[in-house]
Amino acid sequence: MSAPITRTQASVRRHLEATLLPPIVALVVAMVVGDVLILSYGQSPSTVYRLLIDGTWGNSYGFGQVIYKATTLSCTGLAFALAARAGLFNVGAEGQLAMGGFAAALAGLALPAGTPALVAIPLCAIAAMMAGAATGALPGVLRARFGASEVIVTIMLNFVVLALLNYIITAHLHVPETLHTPEMQAGTVARFADSFESFHGSAANWTLIASIVATAAVWYFLFRSKGGYELRAVGLQPDAAEYGGVSVSGVILRAMMWSGAIAGLGGINFVQGYKGYYEEGFAAGSGFLGIAVALVGRNHPIGIIFAALLFATLSQGGLAVNALVPKQLVDILQAVVILAVATAVPEVQRQMRVAAAALVRTAAARKAAS
Amino acid sequence: MSDSGIAVRMLGIAKSFGSVGANQDASLEVRVGEIHALVGENGAGKSTLMRILSGLYAPDAGSVEVLGRNVTGWKTPDAIAAGVGMVHQHFMLVPTLTVAENLVLGMEPVSGLTLNRAKALADVRALCASTGLVVDADRLVSDLSVGEAQRVEILKALYRGARVLILDEPTAVLSPPEIRDLWTVLRTLRDAGNTVVLITHKLDEVIEISSAITVMRAGRTITRLNTVDTTPRDIARAMVGRDVSLALDMMPGVRITSEHEAPMPPSATGPAALRVENLTINSDRHTIAVNNLSFAVAPGEVFGIAGVEGNGQTELLEVLAGLRRPHRGRIFLENADISGRSVRDRADAGLSHIPEDRHRRGLVLDYSIADNLILGRQHKFSGKLGLHRDAIAAEAQNQILAFDIRPPEPLVPARALSGGNQQKIVIAREMGRPFRVLLAAQPTRGVDVGAIEFIHAQLRKARDAGKAILLVSADLAEVLALSDRIAVMYGGQFACVLPAQDCDAERLGPYMTGANG
Repeated sequence: MSAPITRTQASVRRHLEATLLPPIVALVVAMVVGDVLILSYGQSPSTVYRLLIDGTWGNSYGFGQVIYKATTLSCTGLAFALAARAGLFNVGAEGQLAMGGFAAALAGLALPAGTPALVAIPLCAIAAMMAGAATGALPGVLRARFGASEVIVTIMLNFVVLALLNYIITAHLHVPETLHTPEMQAGTVARFADSFESFHGSAANWTLIASIVATAAVWYFLFRSKGGYELRAVGLQPDAAEYGGVSVSGVILRAMMWSGAIAGLGGINFVQGYKGYYEEGFAAGSGFLGIAVALVGRNHPIGIIFAALLFATLSQGGLAVNALVPKQLVDILQAVVILAVATAVPEVQRQMRVAAAALVRTAAARKAAS
Repeated sequence: MSDSGIAVRMLGIAKSFGSVGANQDASLEVRVGEIHALVGENGAGKSTLMRILSGLYAPDAGSVEVLGRNVTGWKTPDAIAAGVGMVHQHFMLVPTLTVAENLVLGMEPVSGLTLNRAKALADVRALCASTGLVVDADRLVSDLSVGEAQRVEILKALYRGARVLILDEPTAVLSPPEIRDLWTVLRTLRDAGNTVVLITHKLDEVIEISSAITVMRAGRTITRLNTVDTTPRDIARAMVGRDVSLALDMMPGVRITSEHEAPMPPSATGPAALRVENLTINSDRHTIAVNNLSFAVAPGEVFGIAGVEGNGQTELLEVLAGLRRPHRGRIFLENADISGRSVRDRADAGLSHIPEDRHRRGLVLDYSIADNLILGRQHKFSGKLGLHRDAIAAEAQNQILAFDIRPPEPLVPARALSGGNQQKIVIAREMGRPFRVLLAAQPTRGVDVGAIEFIHAQLRKARDAGKAILLVSADLAEVLALSDRIAVMYGGQFACVLPAQDCDAERLGPYMTGANG
């Protein structure tokens, strides 16, 4: 029975290649485009790239900043991916993230000073997830019950949520002269810098653990649980899922809720981990960038880890190279990565098929010749 | 020999996709003015060969000649310009446009910047008149029956000047009367000097309509036969590569009551396994799809429902399976009222269901064979800690072996399998577990001869084991071959219910068209 096993291994390898090669090709394409742009500014690409790496992975502060940004991005990326696996396009992570952060801040403010961290932090995290889940559930219900497009609803809900929070902060909750709430007396998450001096000044904090746990949990749910089996079936073929006894509308609702919950969880990274208060506009862009993270990570939790690190590196690296080239160059690079992945996935897979066919033909020709 | 009489000559064609060889050393010769049948099991490479001929694929090796001209490696527009037209199995029409608009699409007569509707209509009517293919040019394609839509596809090819017409399994979606109409059309076209290549795996059609046959197996052309000199058994042997018990499932009008036919099952006097009372169902368009229907199926009985598709069969099965809510009426599974129960509850109570469309409902095509084998029973293969991977793998091993699913690789996605093997996954899942009632809808649609034989044997075995089977099929021959009692469904009601021994195609035909005597 060894033959089938080796055939299975070969198919696993093919699957891995088909999964990994497209993003790698996309990255190479992005670097080539980056070279051209850097040269057009009269700078040397190698100098700029070295500066980018030195300013991010090259020192503890830069690395800490990358970790901090990647923590938020992995949450919003996971949120998008989970919904996408159910066939839903959740554009609402921006608002869900902000709601999560706001609820976490409220929870932290409500707790008396001196509440043990072991009690306070989970309570804040749960508040963040519940707020995110509620924000995700609304489009979920509208989609499951009335068939309203979740794309439109989540986009529009972002505006509603952000305007609502803006109103609450500016009208009721802000510290005078600022756009943020008072500082919390309980429930803050420790920064890396508290334990490791070299991270001084960076925002990296132990919310990272929560995002890693969330990543692992989403992976296990999607690929090892009954719920994940049903959710992916709904995403691939809703009619077949229904035939298989799955409540399609129930899955849609739950997927949107959990998607919102994970995005909301990302909020504590800023509120509990970094500032200690909710600040208007803290989430700007992170929700939308999560879509790109999920896209580059191929909606797979493990892919999302790498994609989140990549986008966090680019975003932090933009600050590092600002002296030589405009930091908008990094924005362009991000855009190129997204476009390259979107086009590379089908194209690279097609090229791989062509190459495999050619290989089979030459092998057959050689066999015939011998 | 002169080439003037040759419409198509393909020599030594090879074509592979990735590591899969679809054609090797395939050759085909079609004479002008003949109806040529290209037969073979699913996955034998018929469609690939025809797509090469119509310019959709370029061959890896070999040469293609059409009407005496070497056209190897041509593109679809070249093929159309040279008069080769293909009618695909799945229609490629725009449902929101009229017949005339669909026909002229891509080469519209214009006046200035706008479509010259009057000329389009006139052109289409002239074409209908000259070919004898009658369709109302003003109607929306979405309002057409399947047979009419197919006629529009044929007209579309003719409108583009086709003289060599390729039809890919044209009868798969047609009722017996529509099939007869199609034969008339094809004969008319042939008599007008056109050439027709017909892809099929139904042997009775081959015998009835073709003058020459090319048989394909495993990507190769095995033999070329003259229809008058051959028998269905010879063709079947060439297709499969061995003798097949031709259940004459493929020969309508003939009912065999010998050999493998089990004795008549216990009479329907015992308690019914499935009972339906006064069922009324609304269609998606809010018309009445099923009208006050009552019937019962006894254990050990195959109750066959024949009829042209679209007479309420689909809605009936969806309601029985729990996928659609009835307007009124009740459903009993062995005296238990399951009318309000969920799909999962019904399955757990012993209801199995082979759905009519395995690509839409029966399989999650991107799931592996193993994952598809537990669809509908995922709750039985999981616990608090998630899916039981070992149990799923063991189940896959057993079912793949028991139902001869190929390739025997649990992790291969269902999409990569041939139609027959995909259907075997569905059959294995629904029949390879304890059940009491089986809903079998179009159980052999689009599967090859070998798989039909296998699936029919499975159904007979289940019947003999005391299962109640509700068989719904548009293939009258299949209903006749398998059923103990037969109902013909027309307009949401049973036009007749008869013991199978009193039935043949001649007798049931009129009921199917509503002209019951």
